[in-house]
Amino acid sequence: MSPARSTGKPGANPRTVRDVVFVDGVRTPFGRAGEKGIYAGTRADDLVVKCIRELMRRNPAVPAARIDEVAIAATTQTGDQGLTIGRTAALLAGLPRTVPGFAVDRMCAGAMTAVTTTASGIGFGAYDVVIAGGVEHMGNHPIGAGADPNPRFLSERLVDPAALNMGNTAENLHDRFPAITKDRADAYAVASQDKLAAAYAKGQIQRDLVPVATMKPGQGWTINTVDEPPRPGTSLQDLAALKTPFRAHGRVTAGNAAGLNDGATAALLASAEAAEELGLPVRMRLVTYAFAGVEPEVMGIGPIPATEKALKNAGLGIGDIGLFEVNEAFAVQVLSFLDHFGIADDDARVNRYGGAIAVGHPLASSGVRLMNQLARQFEEDPTVRYGMTTMCIGLGMGATVIWENPHHPDFGTSTDAADSTDSATENGAAA
Amino acid sequence: MSAADFRKLADLFPNETVTHSYVQDVELPAVDGKSPGTFALITLDNGLDHTKPTTLGPNTLLELGTVLEALKERARRGEIVGVGVTGKPYFLVAGADLSTVKSVSGREQGLWMAQLGHEVYSTLADLGVPSFAFINGVALGGGLEIALQSTYRTVSSGAGALGLPEAFIGLIPGWGGVYILPRLIGPENALKVMIENPLSNNRTLTGPQAYELGVADAMFEPADFLEQSVAWAAQVIAGAVAPERANAVDPADPQVATRWAAAVARGRAFVEAKTSNASPAPAKVLEVLDANRTMTQAQSAELECETLADLMQTPEFRSTVYAFLDLVQRRAKRPAGAPDSKLARPVGKVGVVGAGLMASQLALLFARQLKVPVVMTDIDQGRVDKGVGYVHAEVDKLLAKGRISSDAANRTKALVSGSVSKEGFADADFVIEAVFEELSVKKQVFKEVEAIVSPECILATNTSALSVTAMSADLEHPERLVGFHFFNPVAVMPLLEIVRAPKTDDAVLATAFELAKGLKKSAVLVKDAAAFVVNRVLLRLMGEVTAAFDEGTPAEVADNALRPMGLPMTPFVLGAMVGLPVAQHVQESLHAAFGDRFRVSKNLQALIENGVTSIWDPASVAAGNPSIPAETLALMSFGTTPSTAAEVLRRTQDALAEEIGLMLEEGVVAGPEDIDLCMIVGAGWPMFLGGISPYLDRVGASERVNGRKFLAPGVASEPASA
Repeated sequence: MSPARSTGKPGANPRTVRDVVFVDGVRTPFGRAGEKGIYAGTRADDLVVKCIRELMRRNPAVPAARIDEVAIAATTQTGDQGLTIGRTAALLAGLPRTVPGFAVDRMCAGAMTAVTTTASGIGFGAYDVVIAGGVEHMGNHPIGAGADPNPRFLSERLVDPAALNMGNTAENLHDRFPAITKDRADAYAVASQDKLAAAYAKGQIQRDLVPVATMKPGQGWTINTVDEPPRPGTSLQDLAALKTPFRAHGRVTAGNAAGLNDGATAALLASAEAAEELGLPVRMRLVTYAFAGVEPEVMGIGPIPATEKALKNAGLGIGDIGLFEVNEAFAVQVLSFLDHFGIADDDARVNRYGGAIAVGHPLASSGVRLMNQLARQFEEDPTVRYGMTTMCIGLGMGATVIWENPHHPDFGTSTDAADSTDSATENGAAA
Repeated sequence: MSAADFRKLADLFPNETVTHSYVQDVELPAVDGKSPGTFALITLDNGLDHTKPTTLGPNTLLELGTVLEALKERARRGEIVGVGVTGKPYFLVAGADLSTVKSVSGREQGLWMAQLGHEVYSTLADLGVPSFAFINGVALGGGLEIALQSTYRTVSSGAGALGLPEAFIGLIPGWGGVYILPRLIGPENALKVMIENPLSNNRTLTGPQAYELGVADAMFEPADFLEQSVAWAAQVIAGAVAPERANAVDPADPQVATRWAAAVARGRAFVEAKTSNASPAPAKVLEVLDANRTMTQAQSAELECETLADLMQTPEFRSTVYAFLDLVQRRAKRPAGAPDSKLARPVGKVGVVGAGLMASQLALLFARQLKVPVVMTDIDQGRVDKGVGYVHAEVDKLLAKGRISSDAANRTKALVSGSVSKEGFADADFVIEAVFEELSVKKQVFKEVEAIVSPECILATNTSALSVTAMSADLEHPERLVGFHFFNPVAVMPLLEIVRAPKTDDAVLATAFELAKGLKKSAVLVKDAAAFVVNRVLLRLMGEVTAAFDEGTPAEVADNALRPMGLPMTPFVLGAMVGLPVAQHVQESLHAAFGDRFRVSKNLQALIENGVTSIWDPASVAAGNPSIPAETLALMSFGTTPSTAAEVLRRTQDALAEEIGLMLEEGVVAGPEDIDLCMIVGAGWPMFLGGISPYLDRVGASERVNGRKFLAPGVASEPASA
């Protein structure tokens, strides 16, 4: 699966393209942002540290000195999320000083970009093993805090100022797709809560959570082992009663959108060779990825062009994707994606464990949560060969990563998608 | 009994900074797919930041006891499967609240305090479910005993300062520590923790050292210490992990009994060597340890309580708390009489006049601590090279020991240069002299220095006995001269006497205090009076003992007469260590200043003139059986009025009381507290003397000589009334 592409100068190592595998991923329980949230008073970098240490503990076969890079994303890179958090987190986690790190920002797709960027380095032969993840402590760093948008956005009408508010962009999406009603969005949100509750009941969520000790004045230490945001048992009636804060008589509510959250994630990626050498589990193989830009005013449709591009890169059609982990920034944004690809609102392939509407969305951390869950679903369902993690991104972007299930009977037996030149015509039905 | 029965004690201390016991229920992580159940996690937290350690006072213990009793009831109902205790960041608990314990009045209150601790800790030890201490940081005295009374312990590899310092403070580890520790880690290790460390500058253990000794069952790194500790507790409760205690012993085992007795005997010898048994506490620790081998824990607890109640009444305990808390921890950090630090001028370059041993030590200290260029000068290149060479060699030693990095070694060496010319002082901000102790020499040096340096440059003298005022007489800027008196060895001794001459200005003085802080020294402001504080007190003491010797008191009687004070060394040994000519020189200065209170011994003069460096044969001192060589004896002549040891002790006490009374009258320092601080950090005098003035007060010397005590009741003694 990793043929030599070309050779360099005599004496130099030949250039190779290598397979990238997802070895493991963990996250902290997510918290509600704000003074009452479980992580009020806890530092963002400490949340990352817990994840990195848990990854190393769970994968003792990885010598810490073999970590070639630590890429950690955060949307606001100041304070406890500043100072090149990939490097600071590596040092604080006790990784050897020889292990470098850097910080990534692509807003909500931060962790996803940390994965794709370091994965590219692995594919290119620059890294063998990396840690990629993200964090957002939205209590410590309210969304957009400290931002200073260029006045040209306004004066030259480059971006509607309303597009800087994500809730407005979601309302805009409802305008664009009148078929996506508030009722549909609410029904989707209720299902998300129900699916998460069911996954919790089966223990599907807890296994990738790292416990986090926190201490609050007058309360003492506690150990956080479960997500704080979920509201299991939420009904349509409950949601109908909620305000529409972004627009009078609008459709977007706190109930059909992800909340403001605190949390961190981290994943361990490796080249297929390094995984084999170190005896690491291969839980997903990276097939390809793509990012795409859209109008910032409707940033929620970003996953559509990103997915089309990724499918084209992979030479796959939408019908080849057996599992979807779609980040639920807003129900309307997921529904626009599903409608575009002709997938039903309640399709069993989509967000089996529920999504961000229930579990929360600490911006730059979420990408790896999607991957953790997809990897678990691959294990549970070897009939699925390909899966997808996808999310929308502020200022009008989308990101999609396509993964292959190593538990599928055909894994490793057929053509390597990345090398395939003749399957690119097989585009998705709805593309 | 329950903790609430001690409400009467707690109510006596309404101003205690209470360390609260907060409880959170934690669901233990699954072990082999099964959750062991609910765990109650107690956090000990006084709600203040890390500069205010959590401590244990009566109200704190009462609250903890009440919380534990409620948890015991919950355990009985099957609601919880275990209890954990941990602390706010950096502390489990720093020990008993010494201010409170010191102000406990009367034996009965002390006994209540001891019993309250046992009441609370016995609940912790008998909850009906396992208890766990998660030692996240400092755990001293009663703090470590919380951990020892728990069923299991984890420790953070980042934890500092674990120990049972009671023997040092003047108490015993009497909330179960003295019973549990030897059983847990063996009598020899327990001795190290309870006796050897406390009496060795109150040394403590790090987390890894404590783990190594077997104090803790498991160790985890600080980054996720609590999470891992709770996960470990879940494993223990589920039966998946059973801690092994390799050092634990069964006291009933005859072999252990032999080891136990040997450890106690070794401890007695150690205490005798370190303290001459001048303080009762260390021996009491050993007494209780010795006795409790065959006792039940309850029997031991009773003995511990009675012993604690006795010791809390002793002047040695109260003096130690005064010395430790009020002087070393507080007064040393805020020197009395120091001007506002805002007046201080920056010091970016230092000059040292002289390149002898003292000057070289100063150069090394300034370069290492201040990290500024230091220029040494002397009269010829050979001396300069020797001085700089000394500094470089000392830096290399630090490097070889791994105390500093090679980068730091390079940096420090590069900072120190030498020259035969004083031109290098032109841009210095602070120039200190350490040349021959002769006024004319020092005045000449300062004259030369003043011709080169800027008008703002501060001049300092390290003189031990000359007048700083006289030294500044002919200076163009006498306001810039300050005394800066270090103690030998400079790197080790923490005291710095900062001498203010009449014309020394506030900015110069403020700079001197800031420099002292930068050099990590404890500074005390003293007036320009002969020999300042430490040498004056020491030489008055040595003078009395030498006088008794000269009068015909046998050497072994004279030199051992002060044993009951527990000083670090005898006067004759101290004299030899300082150097007889140096001591004699200072004694002469004091004699010149104060007359016959400081008698210059003809016998010592004879020894000095004949090149004898010690009254005792140094080899015989090292062998522990001091004797005077016949040829030394032949040089001396003695009177016919020998004294007994008791007479020598009393006369020395009276002499010290007189001298200190006069020093206070002269305004040499701001108060007796400064003299005490000086003797503790400058001469290593024991804290159970409280420095010196609490001792002179309690033996009656102050009243005999001065008609009154130095300190008010309660400062270093029992409060005036209950």
